[in-house]
Amino acid sequence: MGEIVLDQVTKTFGHVQVIPPLDLQIEDGEFVVFVGPSGCGKSTLLRLIAGLEDVTTGEIRIDGEPATHTAPAKRGLAMVFQSYALYPHMSVKKNIAFPLKMAGLPQSVIEEKVENAAKVLNLTDYLDRRPGQLSGGQRQRVAIGRAIVREPSAFLFDEPLSNLDAALRVNMRLEISELHNSLKTTMIYVTHDQVEAMTMADKIVVLNAGRVEQVGSPLDLYNAPRNLFVAGFIGSPKMNFIEGETAEAHRATTVGIRPEHIAVSTDAGSWAGVVSVAEHLGSDTLLHVQTENLGTLTARVDGEFSVRHGSRVFLTPQEDKMHRFDARGLAIR
Amino acid sequence: MATTHSRAAARLMLSPAVLLLLGWMIIPLSMTIYFSFLHYNLLIPGTHDFIGFANYSYFLTDPAFFAALFNTLLLVGGVLAITIVGGVLLAILLDQPMWGQGIVRILVIAPFFVMPTVGALVWKNMFMNPVNGLFAHMAKALGLQPFDFLAQAPLASIIGMVAWQWLPFATLILLTALQSLDREQLEASEMDGASPFSTFFYITLPHLARAITVVVLIQTIFLLSVFAEILVTTNGGPGYATTNITYLVYAQSLLQFDVGGGSAGGIVAVILANIVAIFLMRMIGKNLDI
Amino acid sequence: MARASSNRRKTVVTVLAWAIGLLIFFPILWTVLTSFKTEAEAVASPPSFINFHWTLENYAEVQSRSDYFRHFLNSVVISLGSTVLGLIIAIPAAWSMAFVPAKRTKDILMWMLSTKMLPPVGVLIPIYLIFRDIGLLDSLLGLIIVLMLINLPIIIWMLFTYFREIPGEILEAARMDGAGLKAELLYVLTPMAVPGIASTLLLNIILAWNEAFWTLNLTAAKAAPLTAFIASYSSPEGLFYAKLSAASTMAIAPILILGWFSQKQLVRGLTFGAVK
Repeated sequence: MGEIVLDQVTKTFGHVQVIPPLDLQIEDGEFVVFVGPSGCGKSTLLRLIAGLEDVTTGEIRIDGEPATHTAPAKRGLAMVFQSYALYPHMSVKKNIAFPLKMAGLPQSVIEEKVENAAKVLNLTDYLDRRPGQLSGGQRQRVAIGRAIVREPSAFLFDEPLSNLDAALRVNMRLEISELHNSLKTTMIYVTHDQVEAMTMADKIVVLNAGRVEQVGSPLDLYNAPRNLFVAGFIGSPKMNFIEGETAEAHRATTVGIRPEHIAVSTDAGSWAGVVSVAEHLGSDTLLHVQTENLGTLTARVDGEFSVRHGSRVFLTPQEDKMHRFDARGLAIR
Repeated sequence: MATTHSRAAARLMLSPAVLLLLGWMIIPLSMTIYFSFLHYNLLIPGTHDFIGFANYSYFLTDPAFFAALFNTLLLVGGVLAITIVGGVLLAILLDQPMWGQGIVRILVIAPFFVMPTVGALVWKNMFMNPVNGLFAHMAKALGLQPFDFLAQAPLASIIGMVAWQWLPFATLILLTALQSLDREQLEASEMDGASPFSTFFYITLPHLARAITVVVLIQTIFLLSVFAEILVTTNGGPGYATTNITYLVYAQSLLQFDVGGGSAGGIVAVILANIVAIFLMRMIGKNLDI
Repeated sequence: MARASSNRRKTVVTVLAWAIGLLIFFPILWTVLTSFKTEAEAVASPPSFINFHWTLENYAEVQSRSDYFRHFLNSVVISLGSTVLGLIIAIPAAWSMAFVPAKRTKDILMWMLSTKMLPPVGVLIPIYLIFRDIGLLDSLLGLIIVLMLINLPIIIWMLFTYFREIPGEILEAARMDGAGLKAELLYVLTPMAVPGIASTLLLNIILAWNEAFWTLNLTAAKAAPLTAFIASYSSPEGLFYAKLSAASTMAIAPILILGWFSQKQLVRGLTFGAVK
């Protein structure tokens, strides 16, 4: 079980309210990602759920039981920290065994569970090493091992991949997703990387300045962003925003169009412009186009598209993929 | 992890240390201030009359005080100059690739661990003694007249001894700081066409600024209170040639048993140290990030 | 710089560095050598470097005449005692400042550092009189207390810089893993803090061992440590070079060896963590 409910939770540091009243429902077995720019309060929110910070007002319920004032260890949650927080003076085996030892399990059970975890995470050969002798990816696995042996009702991840290099990050992303598929345990994952959020989450919670901007599945957020912030934050490359006459023609203050929803032609189209930078990725081509009166727009074309800096191109947006926003930045449906 | 409960516990854990240091500062210091206004000599029992600032005017008009103040400044300044300049040069030398670096480091650092009384006595007797000292032997071998260091250049000799003890400290700290200098910065300045000389002045020296500040601070604390070296070599003499403030106060109070006069001297020393300390704390406070 | 000449450069640097190193170390070396000479050889002109009649009789003489061993024990008791007592008071203080920092933590630390700047002569007379009146003059306990107090700021600062390096996330991880306060202390904090505490211990033993203001002024015969013992050689016995050398060697040897082991910590401790 791992259903977590936040009811009107707030957090204040000194006189600064970092989390205004916030409601959130996390279902059992869900993979939930908190995403937002740095300083948006996503880590604080995670630490409130973990019990590492006290909530200022409001209530947290885990599986229906009030947990607001329960000690972190008693909430039945396990956490993987950004710095991994491995105990440097203990071997890998002892690190993974530590929560079990604290729970007072018999030695034989501990041995068995540690061995199983090590097998799952490919750590069997490293059990006697110290954290200092491991690579970043291996340390990450040990931290996850320490979390899974406890069989928690939910896993909390605090930007776990931010200290890994790009290639390893993609691997670990898959491993964590696989782990979620096999364990089917609730996972709450904090990241500032919207790609991680999009690829891993069942449900994404977009946070900005402590407020929840939108909650939904990755494709919900992609297809129907509730406001300008979510529209700009989800999706890569970023959505183009256009104001002025073009927007007014659509009865909106701002219209947004994603780069992949703009058709590019060298002959004719709605908006004329000059290519300032062309990024040829092979699988697709990103064009940064200086238009005549709409500023710089980004467009994405599948496969190769042979234009260069200075080439003249025409852009045509897919009208049905346009997003419209009112003066307050909210989407017009 | 900062809950109200842990805050209270933290305060409780901190209080013994704070109270002890507070007591150590306030109780004896206020007693010294009190004594400094009394006519109080251990050899004259009975009356401890209140005499106002008489002790201060006596101490501050005593020619010995000016000699001692001057000697203190010379001692601190001289040792600082030698150890900083020598320390920077030595640190740069020891930072170069060489064979047996570890052993050279051990040799250079050794004098710091020699207790002040031993260092001073060895220098005084075995090196500076005008008859049997090693320097006298060397002078004679060269056909020169042996030089009586402690009689003819007493303060300079003491500065030399103290500098020998503190040079390792400065070197070690500056060397440690130097080793944290980013090699790529040096390579970048080499690529930019800087000569070794300008690299030193524009890259190395600014990088060492913080460490030099720290060396000045720490050494000043200790150098203002140099005592044992003077006690076992010259007893402040000849005349007042090697008497510093610390030694003068010691002589006034524990040799002449003049508690009142000694206390006034002690307070003057505290005030002087505070003047220096304010400067130093400003410097280090800016350089320390907590 | 031409890389081809780097080996020649290395040779020059090596020769220069060794020459300076030996020069700085020479007074110590000379003292050790002289301690094995007879008195006559010790003052012989020209002096002999190693080509002399090696003898241990100076050491025996120093021990039998002025009871080196008792002073050595006094030094051990004073330096160890003041350091351990200081650690007992400093560990909780440094701990709380490192892990539960408050707004005034920096001020408290700076204030502690400033007590180190109080010149000892400013408080010499009251301490002397108080100690005389309550019978702590010339006692080991009295010196233990004084040396503990003068080194307390350094001990706290050193421990603070070490403790601050223990990442807070590790403590949080332990709490998430179900460790209570006792288990946290026993299995996580203590093992991680031990190296820092050990370095602090080592450095402060050295500082207390060599302290030569209070040990000289507050002792007479009974509690005199090695600093005072050596000071008694200032005259006229200092003119017996071989015995002076033997006594000096015995006074500095233990701490010299400890000191060489603690070079790294020394920098950190004495610079209040400002240089690492």
